[in-house]
Amino acid sequence: MPLPAPEPETGRAAALAAKVAERAAADGTADVAYALVDSPCGEIVVATTKQGLARLSYTDHPGGLDRVLESLSDRLSPRVVEAPAKLDDWRRQLDDYFEGRRQDFDGPVDWSLTDGYVREVLQATARIPYGETSTYKLITEQTHAPKAYRACGGALGSNPIAIVVPCHRVLASGGKMGGYTGGLERKEILLGVEGVLPSKLV
Amino acid sequence: MKTLPPFQRLLDDHADAVLRFCIASVGRHDADDAFQETYLSAMKAYPRLRPDSDCKAWLMTIAHRKALDVHRARKRRAVPVAEPPERIEPEAPPADDAPWIAVRELPPRQRAVLTLRYAGDLTHAEIAVALDTTEEASRRAAADGLRKLREEFADAPACA
Repeated sequence: MPLPAPEPETGRAAALAAKVAERAAADGTADVAYALVDSPCGEIVVATTKQGLARLSYTDHPGGLDRVLESLSDRLSPRVVEAPAKLDDWRRQLDDYFEGRRQDFDGPVDWSLTDGYVREVLQATARIPYGETSTYKLITEQTHAPKAYRACGGALGSNPIAIVVPCHRVLASGGKMGGYTGGLERKEILLGVEGVLPSKLV
Repeated sequence: MKTLPPFQRLLDDHADAVLRFCIASVGRHDADDAFQETYLSAMKAYPRLRPDSDCKAWLMTIAHRKALDVHRARKRRAVPVAEPPERIEPEAPPADDAPWIAVRELPPRQRAVLTLRYAGDLTHAEIAVALDTTEEASRRAAADGLRKLREEFADAPACA
């Protein structure tokens, strides 16, 4: 090698990259900021835009974190960066929620990843108060397609903003649990946190 | 239709290479700023990039332009008396910086090609695109630059 490349200090490149990401998230150069948050439901990825919280997913969803980020790049903007400082408020709210210190989430939601019937279903779902539940039937009756019971389940299953848009509060009729894209164990944990079920937390 | 990778991937995959390029092209003192300016500039332009583009080569092209800005600004500030061409570093620079200090004194084309090739790790084909020239011209500039460096180091046996 005629000219060996200079050797940066250990960790310097990564530290500078993190600084760039936080600066871009803070000044709006980045359109989407995300962070990874630990929870009793496992690792979560939370992403915001200038409009608000756009995505909240479990990272063990098929395709993992990469698939979530690619989807954000495709459907919102490719200017996606990891910026934990920017997401700190949502992280603290989620921590408070899981520890029983918070019932309602505070902050705008960006509904861009939904439209049409799905958005109607999820906006109706967002009105279910903490600690209460509803059913697929009651939710779909609040939309322009009040008899679409089966489609309602699918719409809830495609909720891009888990936990904060509380699809876990929607049950099947007859007190049955119904489904949950993140797995029924998570639905039980969330309902346990809210006192609907006996708490499953250690 | 293919979409662009999320920009974070460009940070994860190429931060190390971009920093090496910045250290080589503007020196350690200004490398951190050059790195940040490169990536922020890239992020602003990113949505216009074709999805199948070579992101690393694209980043190096932006880093190269930022380095040119730094070089021009230094030239404008230069005092027209006998002064060392390089800023005095507070401590002795690492040994692997020495050849790059010499590279930065080469004519602009040779400096650009050698830095993109050996610090930016681009091929001559990629350099040709970055500098809007031909692969042949890039190879020639690299050979000329290396020859000049060998002559300089041969003349100064005290240097590492």
